[in-house]
Amino acid sequence: MHERKERFTSLSGLPVERVYTNDDLKQWSPEKDLGEPGAFPYTRGIHPTMYRGRPWTMRQFAGFGSAEDTNKRFKYLLQHGQTGLSVAFDMPTLMGLDADHAQARGEVGYCGVTISSLEDMERLFDGIPLDRVTTSMTINGPAAVIFAMYLTMAERRGIAFDKLGGTLQNDILKEYIAQKEWLFPPEPHLRLIVDTLGYCTQHVPKWHPISISGYHIREAGSTAVQELAFTLYDGLTYVEAALKAGLNVDSFAPQLSFFFNVHNDFFEEIAKFRAARRLWAREMERRFHPKDPRSLQMRCHAQTAGCSLTAQQPMNNVVRTTLQALAAILGGTQSLHTNSMDETLALPTEVAVKLALRSQQIIAHESEVTNTVDPLGGSYYVESLTTRLEEEAQALFRRLDTLGGMVKAIEQGFPQREILEASLRYQREVERKERIIVGVNEYVEPESTAIPTLKIGAEVEKDQVDRLSSLRLRRDSFRMAGMLEALQEAAAGDENLMPYLLDSVKADATLGEICAALKEVFGTYKEPVVI
Amino acid sequence: MVGTAPLRVLLGKVGLDGHDRGIKLVARALRDAGMEVVYTGLHQTPEQVVNTAIQEDVNAIGLSLLSGAHNYLLPRVIELLKQKGAEDIIVFGGGIIPDADVSGLKAAGVRHIFGPGTPMAGIVDFLKGLRP
Repeated sequence: MHERKERFTSLSGLPVERVYTNDDLKQWSPEKDLGEPGAFPYTRGIHPTMYRGRPWTMRQFAGFGSAEDTNKRFKYLLQHGQTGLSVAFDMPTLMGLDADHAQARGEVGYCGVTISSLEDMERLFDGIPLDRVTTSMTINGPAAVIFAMYLTMAERRGIAFDKLGGTLQNDILKEYIAQKEWLFPPEPHLRLIVDTLGYCTQHVPKWHPISISGYHIREAGSTAVQELAFTLYDGLTYVEAALKAGLNVDSFAPQLSFFFNVHNDFFEEIAKFRAARRLWAREMERRFHPKDPRSLQMRCHAQTAGCSLTAQQPMNNVVRTTLQALAAILGGTQSLHTNSMDETLALPTEVAVKLALRSQQIIAHESEVTNTVDPLGGSYYVESLTTRLEEEAQALFRRLDTLGGMVKAIEQGFPQREILEASLRYQREVERKERIIVGVNEYVEPESTAIPTLKIGAEVEKDQVDRLSSLRLRRDSFRMAGMLEALQEAAAGDENLMPYLLDSVKADATLGEICAALKEVFGTYKEPVVI
Repeated sequence: MVGTAPLRVLLGKVGLDGHDRGIKLVARALRDAGMEVVYTGLHQTPEQVVNTAIQEDVNAIGLSLLSGAHNYLLPRVIELLKQKGAEDIIVFGGGIIPDADVSGLKAAGVRHIFGPGTPMAGIVDFLKGLRP
């Protein structure tokens, strides 16, 4: 029989057969591999009712310019029906540098909001009810310092820590693997992560102190299998580090959260979410024997794939994003960000971000896909793919085990090299037109369609630098220096650093000053260059 | 190209963003096309880039930025090259750069900006075209 191609493969290169039948599910058991929604191994979802109970949280990642600019965008999004906040920080903030650092020149406020001090954080959340809105903060290297600022702000507003809900990304392993924003070597970073986990179990019980992220691994060019395997293995690495520091698995595991990409291959992506939940539950059970079932449940956020968007014919991106969003929802995500059509050109405009939010609302309210849990459960194809992804990820787990764990693997450049090879394969496929990208290698139009983009004014950097110098003059420098000294002493030992970070923030030490003080103790890191 | 030395190209990430997927693809493509590639790695300052370019005696500098800082960092590299009398080194860029910024960057002396979705062959041809 004639077919278009000799071999059909998923976006990740897995073989896809003409048709799937009962024969493909011979080893598969509905009791063992599927289960009920809300029950082990959670293939069908972590809640018994899923979106019949409550739809996913619509959480658009936002941040640009000054704290005031972003505060205005937050209020705009909340006013249009968004149900949670998600902060994007600019590059200097993500790298633990103040806005007036030499290396911050030209970058302040560009790809996120500039936050150098507690006062900036207070302006960012001005008028936003921290006890009623949950906030996700996408920051990793200096995550513990930003968290200390958020907590201090809440304390000053009289909001008890146990009323605070939200997520700190705080996932450093995927930084070494993919996104490349670190401050220190892996070991001190792992210690800071364990410190935030420990602090949250005691004081901020509703907070998710880490969001173990595959998003950036995928954006760097990985396959779905690599995203799944490296992310879950990172998660297991954090659990081991916390146990080694003396935490009880059930004290922190229910608050772990995950963050996945959702790319173009519709069924592969749905299967990825299902496989991720099953694999996490099985590995947690097998390795750490928790008693609380919530320790086995993989809750996650998803974001549509930025790297799938095209600068050519940018309005087509609305369609790509909608399909990806639908896959994440059929995969059972707990929250979702949909990218705006203009994000291959600049940060999104208000019009573009509203359309992206509306795409989610249309799926939630008009498509009726939310009426039943895991509607694709039992599909020959989706179940086969789910099993295949789980098996492929397990094979990568074994390779990581033989390399001596994730930190050793990173130091040897293993995940970086695997991702680079996958990214090269994908690029070759696109250039040979083995994969068609509409508007890029087929259906090309000569002129790009101009759409309006967001501009960041040069005054953002100047104003922020002025504010910082005024803060440095106003504060009690003697007290501040004392707090930083105490922080350094604690950092040299093995106490939990959160109380010292809170003291430093309260004394108006800036983000850059705190991170520089820690670098003196912890040192810096240079990656093995894989090319 | 018989009888001429291969083109030497410095590729680097200038500024703070760590998105290195694109630049690594370009590095492979240029090497496959027979060029010599010096990759600086991440988080380079304009000063570091220019010093390396002069030391390594490259014909061209390709810089990737996805952070929005191109309007400051790319002209800064050009300015430093001029200060050091190395303005014969061609500078080109790529990444998330809005169309509206391209003419300003070209006026500052950036030879070309390659946007998202550029085929690798386009960059190879551009560099080969630098030779008479």
